[in-house]
Amino acid sequence: MSNQGTHNKIPVAIIGTGNIGSDLLVKVLRSPYLTCAMFTGQHPDSPGIARARELNIPTSADSIAAIERNPGCCDIVFDATTAEAHRRHAPILARLKKFAIDMTPSQAGGMCVPLLNLDDSIAKQNVNMVTCGGQANAPIARAIMAVHPDTQYMEVISSIASKSAGIGTRNNIDEYTQTTSDGIRALAGVPQVKTIIILNPADPPYLMHNTLYAEIKQPDLPALERSVKDTVEKIREYVPGFKLLYGPVQESGRVTTITEVVGRGDYLPTYAGNLDIINCAAVAVAERYAKKKLGLA
Amino acid sequence: MERLIFIVDSTLRDGSHAVSHQLNADQVRGYAQRAELANIPLVMVGHGNGLGASSLQLGRSKLPDREMLAIARQELKRSKLGAFLIPGFGTIKNDIGPAIDAGIDALMIACHCTEANITRQHLQYAASRGVATYGVLMMTHMATAGELLEQAKLMESYGVQGVLLMDSAGAYLQRDVAEKVGTLVSGLRTAVGFHPHNNLGLAVANSVAAVEAGASIIDGTARGFGAGAGNVQLEVAIAVLHRLGYQTGVDLYRLMDAAEYVAREVMKKPITIDAVTLTSGLAGVFSGFAPHAIRAAERFDVDVRDILMELGRRKAVGGQEDLILDVAMNLKQKKGQRPEDFQLESLS
Repeated sequence: MSNQGTHNKIPVAIIGTGNIGSDLLVKVLRSPYLTCAMFTGQHPDSPGIARARELNIPTSADSIAAIERNPGCCDIVFDATTAEAHRRHAPILARLKKFAIDMTPSQAGGMCVPLLNLDDSIAKQNVNMVTCGGQANAPIARAIMAVHPDTQYMEVISSIASKSAGIGTRNNIDEYTQTTSDGIRALAGVPQVKTIIILNPADPPYLMHNTLYAEIKQPDLPALERSVKDTVEKIREYVPGFKLLYGPVQESGRVTTITEVVGRGDYLPTYAGNLDIINCAAVAVAERYAKKKLGLA
Repeated sequence: MERLIFIVDSTLRDGSHAVSHQLNADQVRGYAQRAELANIPLVMVGHGNGLGASSLQLGRSKLPDREMLAIARQELKRSKLGAFLIPGFGTIKNDIGPAIDAGIDALMIACHCTEANITRQHLQYAASRGVATYGVLMMTHMATAGELLEQAKLMESYGVQGVLLMDSAGAYLQRDVAEKVGTLVSGLRTAVGFHPHNNLGLAVANSVAAVEAGASIIDGTARGFGAGAGNVQLEVAIAVLHRLGYQTGVDLYRLMDAAEYVAREVMKKPITIDAVTLTSGLAGVFSGFAPHAIRAAERFDVDVRDILMELGRRKAVGGQEDLILDVAMNLKQKKGQRPEDFQLESLS
């Protein structure tokens, strides 16, 4: 790598110009290690595309074909389309040898929550970012498992503002629910997980609100508190708006922990913490990959 | 005046809120047999919040959904068997697929009244497997007639046989029913239904108002068995509709027998409008919140009515039972500072 005073940046492409893609663009542009070489979707008139053009980012309305035509444009591809579309895109990105970061709940690649398996994830070619509910709850679930490894059942309830759930999320609500459970089960090692997702249209909008219940008969609350608070601090290193609202407390055979995510207000206002948590996680993955490639890690 | 009204019986679904989802196998079988004898067109079965909703958040069912469905399936011949699901609570893989395998004839997919596009996947999947589908908009007192029509049209575009408006909080007055049901009837080609709750004592009157505004589906429960102040008491609504000259095809005497069975064998206490359920209706809060709010009020030593009014102000939607804890804690904290501010000021 040539160093021109500082290091180079690794070029990325973003497929999908909706809420997730547009918020990712802001975060990529802020990164010291990443630059956006292509912002591509299906709708030439989308507000996301218009905004990217104003920022002088190369755009296209040919979706993944824009990358197939010019595969040298990027090393990393964020796919912020839909689960169905990503299942089509995954083999193409594998053939083009791109590091794929899948923002959809497709589970085409290995699931990743940075706090839990960042180093393993960047060794893969395709990384799945689970869901915003998975990003917010899997680390807390792991923190509880660390204290009570025999826990058999956990449940997460994630409420998000309707305005922050774009059409992609809505079209994927079923995969979203399933993948959140699957991700927490796989990454936190909880045998049985139940997920409930609520969209609330209240105005002013709700912040992303997560309640995690763990069935534990005799919880060691001081140890749980230390473990959960420590985890929350570590999440805040890459998701600054993540906070512990309440708990862990015990009531009727279950331990309840409530967290909230205040967004940075990059693309949507601060209520859209659900965008922030998954996008901050994805950028953390891309930056780790980029630093390794730049010889900085 | 001889219009046929399609009757949906949610006793074995929504009703189970009243017993914290603890319906047992004998009760499911006993009621299903009686509903069959009464010639009920569609009998809904499953957890009170729908397939896959058995949880710490909403209450666990005594019987898994698939066992309830299997028992009811054995008993229902002329009557159709239906299930209910809210996207985000259950999934196609875990819940809808198995319910269709268990032999349901109809599936209702429900969502908060402004979120109809989250029902598309589930409605289209069920239709592709040959099941009759209905869309349900919940908590519809929170949206205008125009907004509801827009959402109902989305459901219509997903191929449903009907769209039902739920008065989940029991907050409607008759004029609200006339306006909202009427708007859907004139704007949709598909059938329109209404699902009342009785918090303000208007469930039967609202059923009549819905039918007179053109609704052709009424969804209620025997003896009003259901969350909070209960649903519309189906046998009463049907008796009134028959008096008015509408047809339902339901054998009213046999349905009365079924309702007596519910009162005798299933209910733990009579369904009634009390301080909590009346406040819930005034606050426009989901009827299923009441038992959770009562528990939180006891735990934090605050007035349950304050919890309900605050939930109404926060515009909580169905499924947000975890907010009750937030609200109760906040009230408790504030109560320490300025108790006089929390004396039901919002009821005025």
